[in-house]
Parts: sequence; C-alpha cells; structure tokens
Amino acid sequence: MKILEIIFSTSFGYAILRVTTPILFAALGAVISDKAGVINIALEGIMLMAALWGVIISAFTHSAWWGLVAAIVSGVLMSFILAYFSLNLKTDVILAGIALNLFSSGGTIFILYLVAHDKGISSSLKSEVLPQMTLPLVNKIPVIGPIFSGHNILTYIALLAVILVYVLLYRTPLGLRIRAVGENPDAADSVGIGVNKIRYIALLLSGILASFGGAYLSMGYVSWFSTNMTAGRGFIALAAEAMGKGTPLGTFFASLLFGFAGALANNLQSLRIPSEFIQMIPYIVTIIGLVIYSSSQVSRIKKVKEQ
Amino acid sequence: MHREVLFEIVRTAVAILISLFVVFLIVFLVSSQPTEALSKFLIGPLSKVRYFSNVLELSIPLIFNGLAISIMFQAKQFNIGAEGAFFMGAVAATVVGITMNLPRIIHLPFAIIAGSFIGGILLFIPAILKSKWNASELVSSLMLNYILYYFGIFIINYYLRDVNAGYMVSYPLNSSVLLPKLMVGTRLHYGIFIAIAMIIIMYYFLYRTKWGYAIRMTGLNEKFAEYVGINVKKVILYAQIIGGIIAGMGGAVELLGMYTRFEWQKLPGYGWDGIIVAILARNNPLLVPVAAFFLSYIRIGADLMARMTDVPSEVVSVIQALVIMLIAAESFMAKWRHTMVVKRAKEEFYVNNGGSLQ
Amino acid sequence: MKEILKMQNITKVYPNGIVANKRVNFSVNEGEIHALVGENGAGKTTLMKILFGLEQPEEGAIYLNGKKVSINSPFIAIKNGIGMVHQHFMLVPSLTVAENIVLGIEPRKRGFIDFKKAVEITEELAQKYNLKVDAKAVVRDLPVGMKQKVEILKALLRGAKILILDEPTAVLTPQETEELFEELLRLKEKGHTIIFISHKLREVKQISDRVTIMRHGKNVGVFKTSEVTEQDISKLMVGRDVVLKIEKTQHKPGEVVLEVKNLTWINEWGKPTLKNVSFSVRSGEILGVAGVEGNGQRELVEIITGLRKFDKGDLLLDGKIINNLSIKERRELGISYIPEDRMVYGVAAEASIAENLIADRFEKREFNHGILTNIRKIASFSKYLIEEFKIQCSSFNQKVKMLSGGNIQKVVVAREFSSGPKLLIADQPTRGIDVGATELIHKKIIELRDRGTAVLLISADLNEIMELSDTLIVMFGGEIVAYFDDLSKVTEEELGTYMLGLKKQSYEEIRRVLYA
Repeated sequence: MKILEIIFSTSFGYAILRVTTPILFAALGAVISDKAGVINIALEGIMLMAALWGVIISAFTHSAWWGLVAAIVSGVLMSFILAYFSLNLKTDVILAGIALNLFSSGGTIFILYLVAHDKGISSSLKSEVLPQMTLPLVNKIPVIGPIFSGHNILTYIALLAVILVYVLLYRTPLGLRIRAVGENPDAADSVGIGVNKIRYIALLLSGILASFGGAYLSMGYVSWFSTNMTAGRGFIALAAEAMGKGTPLGTFFASLLFGFAGALANNLQSLRIPSEFIQMIPYIVTIIGLVIYSSSQVSRIKKVKEQ
Repeated sequence: MHREVLFEIVRTAVAILISLFVVFLIVFLVSSQPTEALSKFLIGPLSKVRYFSNVLELSIPLIFNGLAISIMFQAKQFNIGAEGAFFMGAVAATVVGITMNLPRIIHLPFAIIAGSFIGGILLFIPAILKSKWNASELVSSLMLNYILYYFGIFIINYYLRDVNAGYMVSYPLNSSVLLPKLMVGTRLHYGIFIAIAMIIIMYYFLYRTKWGYAIRMTGLNEKFAEYVGINVKKVILYAQIIGGIIAGMGGAVELLGMYTRFEWQKLPGYGWDGIIVAILARNNPLLVPVAAFFLSYIRIGADLMARMTDVPSEVVSVIQALVIMLIAAESFMAKWRHTMVVKRAKEEFYVNNGGSLQ
Repeated sequence: MKEILKMQNITKVYPNGIVANKRVNFSVNEGEIHALVGENGAGKTTLMKILFGLEQPEEGAIYLNGKKVSINSPFIAIKNGIGMVHQHFMLVPSLTVAENIVLGIEPRKRGFIDFKKAVEITEELAQKYNLKVDAKAVVRDLPVGMKQKVEILKALLRGAKILILDEPTAVLTPQETEELFEELLRLKEKGHTIIFISHKLREVKQISDRVTIMRHGKNVGVFKTSEVTEQDISKLMVGRDVVLKIEKTQHKPGEVVLEVKNLTWINEWGKPTLKNVSFSVRSGEILGVAGVEGNGQRELVEIITGLRKFDKGDLLLDGKIINNLSIKERRELGISYIPEDRMVYGVAAEASIAENLIADRFEKREFNHGILTNIRKIASFSKYLIEEFKIQCSSFNQKVKMLSGGNIQKVVVAREFSSGPKLLIADQPTRGIDVGATELIHKKIIELRDRGTAVLLISADLNEIMELSDTLIVMFGGEIVAYFDDLSKVTEEELGTYMLGLKKQSYEEIRRVLYA
C-alpha cells in the first residue's frame, strides 16, 4: 500500500518530470537522427561530455549559462566527429558510436583529473546550477502546481523541445528533407538534395539536444559531475525513441514511462525491497518496452503481407 | 590474397600511428614533463618483470572478451552483453568458491564451468529476444548489462558480504578454488593457459567445424546462407550463447586468478574492451591475443605514466576510440586500395578483351 | 523537325567489366515521342541513366540543342530541362503527393513550409497537364498508376522539356496504360519531348513517332514507327549476331520429376503475378521458360526452391507434396538452383572458393572428420571442381570476390551441378558472363540432362532458350500462354508473339505440358 501512496503523491509527479528530462532530450535527439536514417548510438557519450563541460566552464565563468553553451559546443563537436567518420569515412555508424562512448567515458575522467585533480567527482569545482522556475498562476493550482511548477528551466525547455522538434520535422523545409532522406535517400538525391549534408545537420541537431540532457544532469538534476553519471540514459533514450515510433509525441510519452520507472526506483528506496532490484527497474522496463514495440512491428508487417 | 593481407596490416599500422600521434600531442599539451611521460608510456612496461607481467595479466580478460565479441561479430550480431556475462561469470565463481568445499581438482573446474554456464544462459536472452520478437540485440544487451550489474551486486551484498572486512567485499574464497600463480612476485596466473586454450579452440571451432562454418557464412551473407539451406535463426542463437560462455568463463578465470574475494564495485569494462580487441583482430581468434596484448600494453604503459608523471592514464581512451573508428572506416585509405584494384581490373580487362571494346 | 538531343559515341563500362553501351549514337527530335526498345540487358536503361547524370560514360558526348553539355549529376540534368521517371519510383512513401512534388523547392511562408501553396502548385500543375492527382493523399496509399503521375508532375514542375520514361507500362494495368498514353500525347502537344523505354512492341507502335532499337549495347537501327511492323522491330531486337549452336542429342524424357499444380501468387499490392500455373518437368528433359521478365518467372522459381512461402497450389517432387518443406529439406531431396542474382544469393563473396563450393553439403559426413571439417577432402573436392568447371583462380583459398563474373558463376554452377540433382532450376544461368563460361555452362546443363536430371531453364535470352531447351513453355502476365514440345517447328518471331501477349494457345494445347 505504501507504493500506491508514493505513486499518488504530488512529489512523485514532480519526480517523474525531473527524471524524464534528460532522457527526453536524448530521445528527441534520437528522433531527429533516426528520421534522417542514421542511428546515433553516441548519445550516451555526448551527454556525458556535455555534463562535464557544463560543470567546468560554469565553474570558471561563474555562469551556468556559459556552462550550458560549453556543453552544447562539446555536443556539436562530438556529433561532428561522428558525422565525419560515419558519413565521409564510411565507418559503421554503430561502431563509431561505440568508439565515441568509450572515448567519452575515459576522456571525461582524463579532463576531470586535469581540471579538478579528482577521478570520481567534480566537488572541488564551484560549478553553477541552472535556475529553477516557479510558474506564475500555475503554482497556485492544487495538485497541478506542485507537479508542474518549480522545475529546472531545462525541464521546461525539454517540454518545449517536443513541440519544436515536431514543428521542425513536420512544418519546415529542413524537416521535410530530413524525413525524405531517411525514408528514401534516392528520392531525395534525384531532386538534387544533398543526402550527406542533411544527415550532417540531423546529427548535429541530435547532438545539441543530447548535450542539453547532459547539461541538465550536472547543472540541474544534481550540482556536480561524476564519472559515468549518464548511467545508460543515452541508451534508454534510443529505446524510448523506438517505442515512440520515432514521432516526437510518442517519444515524449515513452520517455515519461521511463521517467516513471526511474522515479519509482528513486522513491522505493525507503521500502524493504533490496535497492539493487529497485535500481534495475528502468532497465527492465526498457527491455520489456522494446520487446513489446518490436513484436508489434513484426505482426504489423505480417498483416500487411497477408492482405 | 596477399595483397589484401598486406593492405590490412598497413591500414592497422597507420591507424595506430595516427592515434599515437594524437596522444603525443595531448601529452605535450597537458604535461610539464612530456618526454618523461612518453617514455614511461612507451617503454615503461618493459622496464621491470613485474610491469611486463601486468601486461600479460591484463591480457587474459581482454582475450576472453575479445573472443566472445569476435564470435558474435562473425555472425553479424551486435550483442554487447559480454560485459554483464563476464561480471556474472565472476559472481557465479564466487558463489561456488565460497559456498562449496571440494577438492581442488573438482572445485576449480566446477567454478569455471559455473561461470561459463551462467554467461551462456545470459547472452541467450538478447539473442532470443531478437529471433522471437525482433528486438534489437544491441539495445537489449546494453540494458542487460545494467540489470546484471545490480543483480550481481545484490547477490554479493545480501548473501556473501563479509561485514568484518570494512568495505564491500565478499567472504574470502576457498583456497581450493583459486588459480595458482605462475611466477612468484607477480599476479600472473595459470588462467593464461586457459585463455590460450580457448584461442585455439575458438579458432578451430570457427574455421574447422561445420558449426563455425555456418556462423561465418551467416555473417558474410545471410541470404546466401539461407539459400544453401543453413538454419540462420539457429546459428544466430548459438553464436551468442557461445559468446556468453566465453565471456562468463573469462569472468570466472579473472576472479579466481587475480583475487581472493569478490571486490568489484562497478562493471570492470572488459566487455567494451572486447569490442576494441575484436575490431583490431578482425574477429579472428588467432589475432585476438595480439590485439589484447597491444591494448593491455598501452593500458599498463598509461598506468605507469600516470603513476610517475602528471598525465592521467585515461588518455588511452583517445587511442582506443581513434583506432576503432579508423579501422572500421571503409573509406580510410580506400583510395590507395582502389587504385590497386582498378589497375588490376584494367589489366585483366584488356587481356580478356584483346585491348578493345568492340 | 529540329534535333533537340544528340548522344554521340557513348561507351559505358561497368566496374565489373560489363560493357553496357558500345559507341552508341542516339538522337531525338523536338516534340516527338521516341521509343527506345531492346531486350533486357541491351543497354537502354544505362544510356538513359547517362543522360540523366546517374552514370558517367567512359567515352562520348551529349549535345542539347546543338550545344555540348556535361551532365554529371541529376541536379545538372534537371537544370538542363531533362526529367526522368524511373522504373522504381523515387518517391517518399510517407509524404503527401504535394510534399513529394515540391521536395527540395518547397514554397515558404516565414520560414515554414507553405502547405497550402504546395497544394495549390500541385493542383495548378495537374490542371495544366490534365494529370489528375489528389494533392493531399499520402503517396504510400496510392495505386501504382497514380504514383507514376506524381513522378511525371515532379519532373514537369522542375521544368523538364525532355521526359524520360523507363518502362512506364511495366507496372500498369491496361486501363492505366491507356490513360498514360493519352497524357503523353497531351504533353507532346504542349511541346514536350518524350523518350519512352519499352520492350512492349504493341505499345511502341501505338504511341511513338520514331523508334531506336538496341541490342547487346549497340544501336542497331532507327526508324519512323509508321514505316516498320512489329515483326521487323522484333527481329532486330532479338536477332542473333552470333549464331550460337549447341551440340546436343535428342532428349529421352522419363518419369515426371516436378509437378506444379494450380499455383497462384498474389503480390503485396494484391495483384496476381501467378495465375493458376500448372506444368511438369520430366527426367532427362530441359523445359525452357520463355517470357519477358516480370511475367511471374521470379515468383515461380522462388516458390519451387522454398525461398518464398505460398498458399495456393501444390508442388510435387516424384509424386510427393513438398509445399511446406524447408530449403534444406528440398535440397536433400535433390533440388538444385542457380539463382538469378549470383552476388545476392549465389555466393558469399568474402569467403573462399572452397567455402563456397561446399556450402550445400558442409554438414555431410564425407566433409567432416569427427567434429572437425575434413580439409583434405574439401581441398581435393574443390580442386576437382575447379578443374572440372575450368574456374580460373590462383587457388581454392582465393576469395570469390576477386574472380571475374563468369568465374563466380562457374563456382555457383559447380556447386549446384555436382550434388547430383534430380531437379535443376537454372534461372538466367549465363547472364552477363563471357562466351567461354557460357559455353561451358551450356555443355554441363546438357550433361546433367543426359544423366537423367530434370532441368527447368528460365532465361530472358531467346537465343539460349531456343538452343538449349527440349520443350518450352511461354509465360505472359503470370500465365502459361503456350507450350511447344518440338522446338524445331517454332520460329523466334512466333515465340515473340506469345511472349508479347499477342497470341495465346488453347487450353488443351497448354495442358499437354502435364503429360497426364
């Protein structure tokens, strides 16, 4: 019964949004690159790098905003490397992504040590945190207020990003081209659209979104950087994108599901269930979600064939 | 044939040189004693028997994981659950090593078999999810790694934790289960012979048995494999089970050879290293030890450099990433190869056609 | 009449060594409908791909309105007023008609796509050329004929004065074809020039002003369509330049080996590609299947070999039903298969010759030594086959991808022939390979027949099918339209009329192929 009490509290609702934010950013990044026909496995590494640079630069400039800018720049650089190798040098995009993730997980420790003389955590750096926002009017409404008001500004940006990504993909010429390139590159090519150019843009946008997620982790969710703090969120984002059928809105709901699982894991710590099992929840939910999604795809294809 | 091999050797060498060069640049940028750092990095591992032994010790888990990943990559399966299988292999060996009391001749093999068995079962999970429901083995194996990590930690924490030890470790393993050391004063253990045996077995398995043949053909051209009557689904399943067995075995061997208690607080990362090894070795078991030795050497070199100078050892992650990306890059040095191919094709064309198009 | 386009001395050699165009000259007048005809592999599509900038020729020049142009990408072709409607449509299925049409030149309003304008543009254009399309419909849901209209509109919007249509009627129903022709005539009235690739002669006669005939990569004649008959064109299209005579004895057919009964196959668009097909192949006999490609041959072959599941009809091998057997089980019963596309199904190009040769029998006891493979046996077996089939290579360890096309095909043939098959299905066994390899493969097919194998031969090469087959069926529109038990009495012209669907035998005549 205690579980229900936890789930139906407003603080749990608040926690869901809080946990969803980084996954949602990365998942939206996955939406854009996937729509252009390239799988971005490097989201995990891009987030991690961004989380670190956000902390470092915000500590040096005493400005969380400059930290955010640095995080984004690092994300752009990482996705540029990914794009260059996979599009120009024809490295398998999955292997290139794996390589970038390995690079991030070691590289962040390297940089952290040089800057903070610590290989685990950035607590010696006085880094800044992005501000929280109280929504006027909304915060006065019972139930809704405590759930939706008072989040980190990036949480609101993430929600806004769902709409922006939707508009980009379905309302702008660039979005139309991104979708065309992903679905039928020959068709795009035959009307003179540069397929590689569009894929570059998509990967860069994808990296920018993921770096927002990374910045949130170290400058919002918590106020420090620790090694491998992304803990698989980049991969969970890929699953969320798949479950959301690649649409911004579907991906948003799938991300919420993982946010729910994560918030549950955080909140059940007080129960007498071994914490290890609770921490597994998001990953188990991901696998189950992936299986349900993939098997529904298989039966859909079967149906089409049978008709 | 020879030309192809030569081309791959040159390509690998160039990729390594480029990566090393980038690392040199970084070291010169960040270090106040760059030459000292680089000499430690490059020849440090050769300076003492103990250091060189460290290289060999570290090669062992890299070999196991390199083999595991190689066989799965040969079947074109991106299952990267070797990490979790390795970890759980070690947990299984810990359970056997602590809870049972058997004569060494039974106890030690039993612990290793238990680790292998668990590894095989675990990597069967992403494999069956793929073949039954078409769920991407890449994503599910990634998630599986986290689940296995928490599951392993749970077992150690709740059942085998030695509360008197002061930090989170298991009870000591029975001495009857430990792999003996090969050389006094080093940690090099008999596990290296198991690794060598596995290299040979896996080489024979892949290149000299019908099952290995089916794996390779499925990986090279799945449509062709289906057309000649190979049961492709079955092949994809057993390739991943075998991968899991080797990774699990590696975990058990690592634990029994290098430790007296289970001490890992996080995933050791050898599963990911296995990917680097497999790519460097072109998924060929005979090249796996070479690749593992190389990776191990630069790791130990970097450790020595970090210990004696101001450059952190994680600088090797730059080498690793660059080497993977360059070797996997189809177009990297492709122009050079293409001119070779075109030249030959032209020669053949003119010989066969009497030098004219008519 | 003013000459709008001239292609001069075009030579194209593909990287695999196939010479698709040999010093081809091709010229088109302004405002005409010009048909480009020839058999499959005659080089029509290659020539048009060069014109549209998708392929670069080794030699030759292109002149537009007398001015030399270099076209190295579709983008340049479009700029020069050339549009192409490909056989496989270049459309994005999930987008609407209007979105597909304006892709790359989207109308904008404050940075966003002006969807209303896009629909307007589409409707205006459709109105102007009288090509009725629903601008808001999603392309995925459209019938093929509609998709083609979208493709034509796409080209017209980009200012195409010369419109290339690559076998536009291949996917259309007769009604849709009629509609297309009316549209093409209207385009012609508006001053557009149309190049029409086809091998359907009736259509060529009906629609074109002039016709260029290609054979084996060469231009073999240009005529005013009104001055030639279908028979004349057909003769030039399929006529032999080298008479390929194959030595073979009279066949002695035995028992029925393969029996196909009432086979029907409906494709994913609900169009039947096999309609109630029934025939038998007897031991010691080569049954040829003639027909223009895309008349159900591929589906037939894939169903017999087990690559494609089916539900209507029966397959019997030696009188036993094999409908649901796996590929492996069918192979074990003695079915061998030379696939149409050797690089996709025939070989693992990265594997060695030996590995490719044992692919269908690597599990057999004779190739294994306990749990290990018997490398000595594999080596001697490979050496034997390399010699027997004259595969030119440096050793049996050489990778297959290093071989020439003819030698790769010999690897496939060596494997499939050496298993002692009861039934051999040879799908385009000599396509795109040199004369020497072709002769060898023909000789081997006859050897197999003489030893009692039933052979089903599918070929687009009339020459090959006439010379090699003992008996012959002709397929058109997913049906068997003719059966000949004595090929000496059939002329190529007569065969052509059946292949093009101009004539059909009676039910009783066709039934004879069941030998029952």
